Amino acid sequence: MEVSGYPSPRTDAFPAGLRVLVVDDDPTWLKILEKMLKKCSYEVTTCGLAREALDLLRERKDGFDIVISDVNMPDMDGFKLLEHVGLEMDLPVIMMSVDGETSRVMKGVQHGACDYLLKPIRMKELRNIWQHVFRKRIHEVKEIENHEGFEEIQFMRNVCDQSEDRMFSSANDLASGKKRKDYENKHDDRECSDSSSVKKTRVVWTVDLHQKFVKAVNQIGFEKVGPKKILDLMGVPWLTRENVASHLQKYRLYLTRLQKEKELTASFGVMKHSDISSKEQNGNHCLQSSVNMQQTNGSCGISGNKTAMQNIDFEIHEGDLKSLVKVPMVDANNGLGGDNTDSQRGRRMNADHSFRKLDSDVKYATTIPEQYMWSAEGSEVQANQERKQPFRPKPGFNPMPLPSLHQNIQFDCVRPTPSFVSKPSNIHNDKLGGSEKKTIFVKSVSHGNMVDLLPVQPQSELTATTSQEVLKPDPSSIVWSTKNQRAADQIFASNMESAQRSIDLVGGWGLATWEENQQGCLIEADIHRLTQGLENIESFSYNEAGIISEASSYLYDSLKFDYEMPLEPMEYSVIDKGLFIV
Amino acid sequence: MERYQHQQQYRQLAAMRRALFDQGYLDDQFIQLEELQDDANPNFVEEVVTLFYRESTRSIQNIEHALETTPYDFVKLDNYMHQFRGSSSSIGAKKVRYECTQFRDYCKARNAEGCRRSFHQLKREYSTLRKKLEAYFQFARQTGPSETACRSK
Repeated sequence: MEVSGYPSPRTDAFPAGLRVLVVDDDPTWLKILEKMLKKCSYEVTTCGLAREALDLLRERKDGFDIVISDVNMPDMDGFKLLEHVGLEMDLPVIMMSVDGETSRVMKGVQHGACDYLLKPIRMKELRNIWQHVFRKRIHEVKEIENHEGFEEIQFMRNVCDQSEDRMFSSANDLASGKKRKDYENKHDDRECSDSSSVKKTRVVWTVDLHQKFVKAVNQIGFEKVGPKKILDLMGVPWLTRENVASHLQKYRLYLTRLQKEKELTASFGVMKHSDISSKEQNGNHCLQSSVNMQQTNGSCGISGNKTAMQNIDFEIHEGDLKSLVKVPMVDANNGLGGDNTDSQRGRRMNADHSFRKLDSDVKYATTIPEQYMWSAEGSEVQANQERKQPFRPKPGFNPMPLPSLHQNIQFDCVRPTPSFVSKPSNIHNDKLGGSEKKTIFVKSVSHGNMVDLLPVQPQSELTATTSQEVLKPDPSSIVWSTKNQRAADQIFASNMESAQRSIDLVGGWGLATWEENQQGCLIEADIHRLTQGLENIESFSYNEAGIISEASSYLYDSLKFDYEMPLEPMEYSVIDKGLFIV
Repeated sequence: MERYQHQQQYRQLAAMRRALFDQGYLDDQFIQLEELQDDANPNFVEEVVTLFYRESTRSIQNIEHALETTPYDFVKLDNYMHQFRGSSSSIGAKKVRYECTQFRDYCKARNAEGCRRSFHQLKREYSTLRKKLEAYFQFARQTGPSETACRSK
């Protein structure tokens, strides 16, 4: 790390020496702003291109206190820059434009701008910008203080943070890792060198917490929300305004990306998968297929044979849908038939209606309902609810209602919940009976984690998803949740590291949500536990999601789509699942 | 005698400057620029205005080019004009800026004829302002830099 220490200048001189980066494509304004800021005794760096500015910021992390950026720039939209800066550097950003339309200003604020100045900008406005830096500092200090008393929670959080770090760096590009470092650095310099205290400042947004947050936002009304109001409504004593503000920012970003994603999806002629109101999703075929593929590979894949897994993936993308479809069938049959000598196959199927419905088409053996290893209550809920699903079989496919798909996906998830994370070893290595493990899964994890992790470096510990709390309140979502669980468990099980596969899975997810009318039949399989003790394998709940899809072009297209656009769309979907609305 | 002449020039310069405001060519932003001028940048205002010429020439060329192709790409035109408007706001070119706004309104209304007309008007305002400013700065140089620097309204 650089020697620069705390990003702000010598405290005694503050705000003199405030390091400002000005980004504007208009050299005239650049010159004026530079002069004005210098007159305010600020240190000024100017930049005519947004990309250049971003490079500069990445290169000289901790080199600036605040960024002032024009909205309209030819190489990169100012909002985009704002987004990057907000996410990567955690710096206050002031937007400026000659346009004062409310919608523009609002967009800026929604993207996380701390201020929006109208050109012509006056010096008195610039003289005052230090307040944004100062405000940020105050909140940082407050956060630390506020968290002193929560040793217990903090310990959890630290653990969480660690995993979160990994998530971060895996989900985003390297630069986001910088942000974390920067963040920590700041605290190191100001507070103390104890790294754990640094991490105390981060809040884990559990499903529960996030629900409170969203409730508050909805209550206030999205247009009028402010961190303070939300905080008041949430009534969580240890939460700070800053916590809420940053979460709100992410939430807004998420919504924006959602919007973008919609546009993107629309342009691909696929259903707007992120539509909250997506009522009846016919199938999560792709997801299940890919999940299934992995499972099919069970013996090799799970024991860590990545090559094999990749081969399968490759097959998928080859478009050999027939074979793709077949493999899981065979496997599922094995599983269902119960003649599993292989430890991985030692699962028990929980039959449900959807599965039965398929029988005629798919010629599956009837499945035998099996008790979950979850807590009694949980399994009860799950089983019942699954049966309640109004499946409507059609020839060859099984429409799968996923009424609150979105809801589920969105359960928070950028952050693993404490209960889960605090027991990583459990999940990973313990040879515990399924029940305990499942409880862990069920209680703690949320889908987004998995998705978040996938792109670069899937962390299997984090991937298990689906919280029990999620399941209970919303019966209709159960099926989806189960699938998530499955997917997660699969990933978990295979402990996969190949980005390719993660892409595949992500693709699966995306597809699952996108395809409203996809044909295919869904074999609803269930959660089985492992009866035998391969260390790795045993610790996962092993779920079967069989799916027979008609060689749907959607499947292929979507997968291809995800492959061809490896980063950006993925990021979106990552974020999509990384934040969450209820 | 020399001193008297200097005072004369000074008054003349002040009148020129005054006229630029009175006739609506310039607004407060120009005063802002004057206030920014100091020993570190004794020719700050002129430097900024020169930069503005360069930028606006480019903008005008872009727009002219865009107006050659039909049908008009109004989004593009609007973007160019947005840029132009930003530049003109930097020196407080009030009339030019007003014309920019007009043009953008026509763009939004997809009024090709309106765009053409207002662009024509804009160019006229722009060249008038430029002539006036050039004359003013030239005269200011003759009068001596210190006066320009210290002068206030």
